[in-house]
Amino acid sequence: MEARMRHKMRLARIVITFTMSLILCLMLISCEREERGFRVEPPSASRINSKTLSDLQPGARLPVVAVKNEYEENAYAVSEGKRLFDAYNCTGCHSHGGGGMGPPLMDARWIYGSGPEQIFSTIVEGRPNGMPSFRNKVPDFQVWQLAAYVRSMSGQVAKDVAPGRDDDISGKTPESSTEKINPKPSAGVPKSAEMPQ
Amino acid sequence: MKAGSQESGVRSRKRKARGGMLRRGPVLSFVLCLLSLLSSGCVGVQSALDPAGPQAGRIGGLWWLMLYTLSAVFLIVMCLLLVAAFKQRRSPVALTAEAPDTQPDASRERRMSRAVISGVSMTIIILFVLLVSSFLTGRALYSIASTGDSALTVEVTGHQWWWAVKYDNHVPSQIVTTANEIHIPVGQPVLFKLTSQDVIHSFWIPNLHGKTDLIPGHVATTWIRADRVGTYRGQCAEFCGYQHAHMAFNVVVESPEQFKAWYDAQLRPAATPSNAERAQGQQVFLTSPCIMCHKIQGTDAGGAVGPDLTHIASRQTIAAGTLENTREHLAGWVLDSQKIKPGNRMPQNNLEAQDLQALLDYLQSLK
Repeated sequence: MEARMRHKMRLARIVITFTMSLILCLMLISCEREERGFRVEPPSASRINSKTLSDLQPGARLPVVAVKNEYEENAYAVSEGKRLFDAYNCTGCHSHGGGGMGPPLMDARWIYGSGPEQIFSTIVEGRPNGMPSFRNKVPDFQVWQLAAYVRSMSGQVAKDVAPGRDDDISGKTPESSTEKINPKPSAGVPKSAEMPQ
Repeated sequence: MKAGSQESGVRSRKRKARGGMLRRGPVLSFVLCLLSLLSSGCVGVQSALDPAGPQAGRIGGLWWLMLYTLSAVFLIVMCLLLVAAFKQRRSPVALTAEAPDTQPDASRERRMSRAVISGVSMTIIILFVLLVSSFLTGRALYSIASTGDSALTVEVTGHQWWWAVKYDNHVPSQIVTTANEIHIPVGQPVLFKLTSQDVIHSFWIPNLHGKTDLIPGHVATTWIRADRVGTYRGQCAEFCGYQHAHMAFNVVVESPEQFKAWYDAQLRPAATPSNAERAQGQQVFLTSPCIMCHKIQGTDAGGAVGPDLTHIASRQTIAAGTLENTREHLAGWVLDSQKIKPGNRMPQNNLEAQDLQALLDYLQSLK
């Protein structure tokens, strides 16, 4: 009887030790949340060349492959995007997402698409009637950071990645508290945003 | 094997022969090293103990007073402690349970009271002297006579991780903007208006004055007067992020005439490219990411995110005191600044070799 008891105790001790070390190992994982890449581009960046302005193409229609922006999982990159949004004067037209001279960026209406690669080409190519082209002016990795931030404005990135507060006084709720808005394509292209005439 | 052991035997004998010197050598050189390191703090371009102005002089004086006083106090206390620890009791008292020593010895009590009273009063006197001298120093630091509205006013804005410098003037065409290098005339109080763009920084030129914090949304003012011509180094003194250590600047104290000449040179717009290479370099600058953040007055580049580069070739350092301003350093910085100062705001630039050389030609012509 006593021997069985002792055996049980030993078993319990082993189980506890094992569980504790497992928990400790799991806690260690959380030490390295993410990488702060100062010199890296998201690996999907090279895929952007496949993005075209028209759906029409010769031959059979190729399946559309969405490009993933890895920066949308990196809080540092999104916060850099937020800083650049101000530094590169995006706020001049789009305000802090609410829109002004340019269209708002925190609603569900997207004239040129809400995908990361579509936002990328909107920034790089520019769009008719107002949006300037930033080709060769903003390095590609910063465009990806900006695209990630733009999507965080309408809650498209995870809450633990989106910026939690502004560096200065701001009236709007932080991006991390924004409820996800499901993007829907614009109901008909507005006159101001038609294809190049 | 045998040869090896023989050799080591010879070596150990040699070591024994020089034993004394060898043993003393490292200790001696360590002490010398320590002393030279300590004394190197007493002079130099970034030392509070080598004052170049009245304010740093007062701070230095207070520092020496405190050092001497507190060293003396430390030595005295240590001596007394050693004496107390090693002194033999003259009359060992037999401590027994039957006869506890409840009757105080009057003469001993008097002696002890005297000791305690003198110790406490010494402490109070020393503290009082230090307090008063520190108060007087503080007052003297901020009693630098202002010369009214005509005083030279320098606005310094801290950024992660560089310093924007603007010489304010009520005539807009007389305003000078530069970065990471401040020139001031000798013997003249200068008003510094200090603020920050992002986080709290601290403005510190040890040879001239104490520290003043730069706080976002608040303008701190401080007067500084330099009485000795020379170049001094300032440094951010409040931890402000990854590259806090590489956030320095130069302060050039020069004669009023030299200062006037420098100021007039800084007022001019950037030099127009005088040859084909420089013209190409300017085109590279204006058509690449440079234009998004930097300003070159007289061109279309008007960014205020990074340092003003209108007269970059006239500065001694680049990257906020991190590197000497040479062509090689500039090239490395333009191509991949993240390797030199990781985390800084400047992205790497993939320039063609020819474009890079042209850009460097142009930047180096911006005297």
